Amino acid sequence: MRPMIINVLAFTGGFVIMAMELLGGRILAPYFGASIYVWGSIISVFMLALAFGYLLGGRLSLQRPSLRRFGLVFLIAAVLLYPLAIYADPLMQLVFTYVEDPRYGSLLAAALLFALPTVILGVISPYAVRLRVEHVDQSGSVAGRLYFVSTLGSALGTLATSFYFVLWFEINTIISLLTLTLVAMGALAWFADR
Amino acid sequence: MSPPVAARKIVLCLLVASVTQIAAGRVIHTEHSLYQNILMTESGNRLCMKFSLRENQRNQSCIDRSDPRKMVFGYTRMMMSGLLLNPQPNRILVVGMGGGTLPMALAELLPDSHIDIVEIDSAVVRLAQEYFGFVSGPRLRVVVQDARVYGKRAALRGERYDLILLDAFTADYIPEHLMTAEYLAETRSLLTDEGVIVANTFGISDLYDYESNTYESIFGPFLNLKSWNSSNRIIVAAKATLPSEVELEARATQLKSALRPYGVPIHRYPQRMSRKRDWDASARILTDQYSPANLLRGARS
Repeated sequence: MRPMIINVLAFTGGFVIMAMELLGGRILAPYFGASIYVWGSIISVFMLALAFGYLLGGRLSLQRPSLRRFGLVFLIAAVLLYPLAIYADPLMQLVFTYVEDPRYGSLLAAALLFALPTVILGVISPYAVRLRVEHVDQSGSVAGRLYFVSTLGSALGTLATSFYFVLWFEINTIISLLTLTLVAMGALAWFADR
Repeated sequence: MSPPVAARKIVLCLLVASVTQIAAGRVIHTEHSLYQNILMTESGNRLCMKFSLRENQRNQSCIDRSDPRKMVFGYTRMMMSGLLLNPQPNRILVVGMGGGTLPMALAELLPDSHIDIVEIDSAVVRLAQEYFGFVSGPRLRVVVQDARVYGKRAALRGERYDLILLDAFTADYIPEHLMTAEYLAETRSLLTDEGVIVANTFGISDLYDYESNTYESIFGPFLNLKSWNSSNRIIVAAKATLPSEVELEARATQLKSALRPYGVPIHRYPQRMSRKRDWDASARILTDQYSPANLLRGARS
């Protein structure tokens, strides 16, 4: 049961990360356009945030790791993600006013909007590895399986968002749904921990 | 089938193939820019800039070298109908350059005007200069930038235009952030009180309903000018109240001779400019929050 729950959590983490990255392009376009450097900004910010998230996740996994704490990571990510639905516009307006160059404007805006939640979402993978590894000799196979499910989640998050979600929902509705999903995952981990 | 008949069929096929080849034109230059593939084709005197190999595509830019002023396509000619609402625009904004035939014609026709062109793809600008003889100058300025960003900055600078031409959609791809109510509101704020906006958009597909509602939500009633097969439709909207058909007829009479060298049948437009709400009024308005234009367009056509 426990390994299954961790897999589901890793999958969802991957899903949310890529769904958000894809929405990033839509969120920035009204202020910074759809030029190639806008995507450059978004992808760089997500990569950097994930890099630091992995470091942080590794560090946190050293301190009495538990499924309950893992659930807390999801709840924190949710708390950091949701404000995007409210503050994205005034924040981009501010950046737009002060930064003339749309390259650095989009980079700054992407960093302000997406860096924090993405760092926390980056914690998920290494932490999940720690929770599932019981012996050193299986660490590689556990890590491989977790990369597999979380990247599968990323692929599905990308497809679902670009093919269907943007056709069915407004951007803010999608952000709300992703937030709710993170909360549900957090609750699942929290209550599954005995 | 006896061998000679088969051979004749093959010859016929080859003939047909070569004839279509001529109609499609010979590709004289291709370019993979950051945003699209651009093809320059030549057939006889006709030189074209295309954005996809598909035939019958709606947005391409051509000139006839034997008569370079003449506008080759119906939709380009139809975009001149904006002059019926404001015959002497001083400041003009053109969004989406293509071969630059439209701004060049306007610059020649209105010697006192000042024209700004916004184009996202620098390769398009370069090819327009190389192949279509486009020359920029103080009266004809090109800015390589995303149109949404340009519009927002121009509004902050307090710039105003008498005529805005939106022609940013190719057959393959619609920049979705240029088809939302917010973008139209931003563009409307760039218009002078007599300002007119002319948009080259889609006549067929589900998008027609969505887009019509979106324009109406920002501009109120507008004029709809469609090509004979409805594949293109030109939206003409204004900040002020729309003139009556009689007023349009009067303007057309004044403009008729000036527009003749460009092949623009301006006198035929007033009665073709429809005020009918011939779309599904329940279709959702496209906004920055909801703008799946490319998906909606693919849904049915």
